[in-house]
Amino acid sequence: MTQQPSGTKQTGTIAVKRGLAEMLKGGVIMDVVTPEHAKIAEDAGAVAVMALERVPADIRVQGGVARMSDPDMIEGIKDVVSIPVMAKARIGHFVEAQILQALGVDYIDESEVLTPADEAHHIDKFAFTVPFVCGATNLGEALRRISEGACLIRSKGEAGTGNIVEAVRHLRSITGDIRRITQADSAELFDWAKKLQAPLPLVQEIAETGWLPVPMFCAGGIAGPADAALAMQLGAESVFVGSGIFKSSAPEKRAKAIVEATTHFRDADILAKVSRGLGQAMTGIGMDQLTTKLADRGW
Amino acid sequence: MRVGVLAVQGAFARHGAALAELGVEPVFVRTPAHLVGVQALVMPGGESTAMSRLLMTSGLFDAIADRLNDGLAVFGTCAGMILLAREVLDGRPDQRSFGVIDLTVRRNGYGRQVDSFEQDLAVSGLEDPFHAVFIRAPVVTRVGSAAEVLAEYEGIPVVVRQGRVTVTSFHPELTEDHRLHAQFLQEVG
Repeated sequence: MTQQPSGTKQTGTIAVKRGLAEMLKGGVIMDVVTPEHAKIAEDAGAVAVMALERVPADIRVQGGVARMSDPDMIEGIKDVVSIPVMAKARIGHFVEAQILQALGVDYIDESEVLTPADEAHHIDKFAFTVPFVCGATNLGEALRRISEGACLIRSKGEAGTGNIVEAVRHLRSITGDIRRITQADSAELFDWAKKLQAPLPLVQEIAETGWLPVPMFCAGGIAGPADAALAMQLGAESVFVGSGIFKSSAPEKRAKAIVEATTHFRDADILAKVSRGLGQAMTGIGMDQLTTKLADRGW
Repeated sequence: MRVGVLAVQGAFARHGAALAELGVEPVFVRTPAHLVGVQALVMPGGESTAMSRLLMTSGLFDAIADRLNDGLAVFGTCAGMILLAREVLDGRPDQRSFGVIDLTVRRNGYGRQVDSFEQDLAVSGLEDPFHAVFIRAPVVTRVGSAAEVLAEYEGIPVVVRQGRVTVTSFHPELTEDHRLHAQFLQEVG
């Protein structure tokens, strides 16, 4: 064997952080509140779990301040599954993020589902070894999060509603603007950066590559296999499912069906097969009945 | 040449892009029908437990196992290495692997995401070092006598070949360096 080269080992690099997001593509990340839920998620073929104390639907109903989960609860979930474990920190709450990194979670979601801790600043995500995912409702928001160090973007949708309409709006907004930017000339890109309130180099990169510099997944409102496949056909590269699984009447079956639908998202025969006999979906909420729109949190 | 990329989950698109840059149009394999006419197969990084389940539910597991028995050339990276190994430690009880390379691997043996790393490696057959990205990578704990170690990191094999099966613990699909893909295509010829 040839001589080993002398490059030093590096952790927490952009390649390593974005790399894990690449590995999660074509998969389903499921919200879980107990180790039992986490096992069900892994059994069903989830690529990762999001450990939290209350699913968004319950946060909506119960109100109050929603914070990072208890470390014991996160450790309990880490102990029972072998897939990556994610956890949520409040927007701008970099100390919650420091704690989650110390716990060894695999991804931090700086999430609008929790009550924001800072009304102007998001976390400086470059300061961490652990990678971050952040939500976005439009391309400008996505690029601001990427410029702060987010290595994965999820369209926000409206968490805890079981209603896909906001996710569709956000996905279409992001992918539509990406398509328009690829048609823009070099002078127009300055105007795009201004309109999006986003760094010019990221806008120029999109013009060249036709995609975000990090993967984009979908979250917020996925209640069944058809919703997951819709998000994938609209350009999402994976899906987060929160309340949609464990607020339904048959979580195991529904979780498996959503996993199949995310892989075979263009195969209507498979989608028809896995959509059968799933019992009751979560009841869901219409957007006109909402008093708080979580997607409005984030700046 | 028709080269398939297992696409039930994981970084299949990046492998596809690497093959396309080398002039080979990839075929993304999600069902047994996609396997028809494929002369070589790439198994990407991803979550091996989820991939194992999707291989079973799609009927691909048996279809691929048959082709591997007939000598189909295969290149597996990270989760792909786990799927091809003879023995898997720290896996799920229901997790399946094809067992076509005589290795024992431990899932996430290099640790969790905060331990994921980049490192230059010397690889047999490549003139210059290869920049390797390890993500929650599997550790090879045993190498059978029929398997040939092509690269090591800190004394542990990270690129191994046995006949028409090549595996890496790291992710050559995540960098712009496609020499390992090129080497694989050359062997398949």
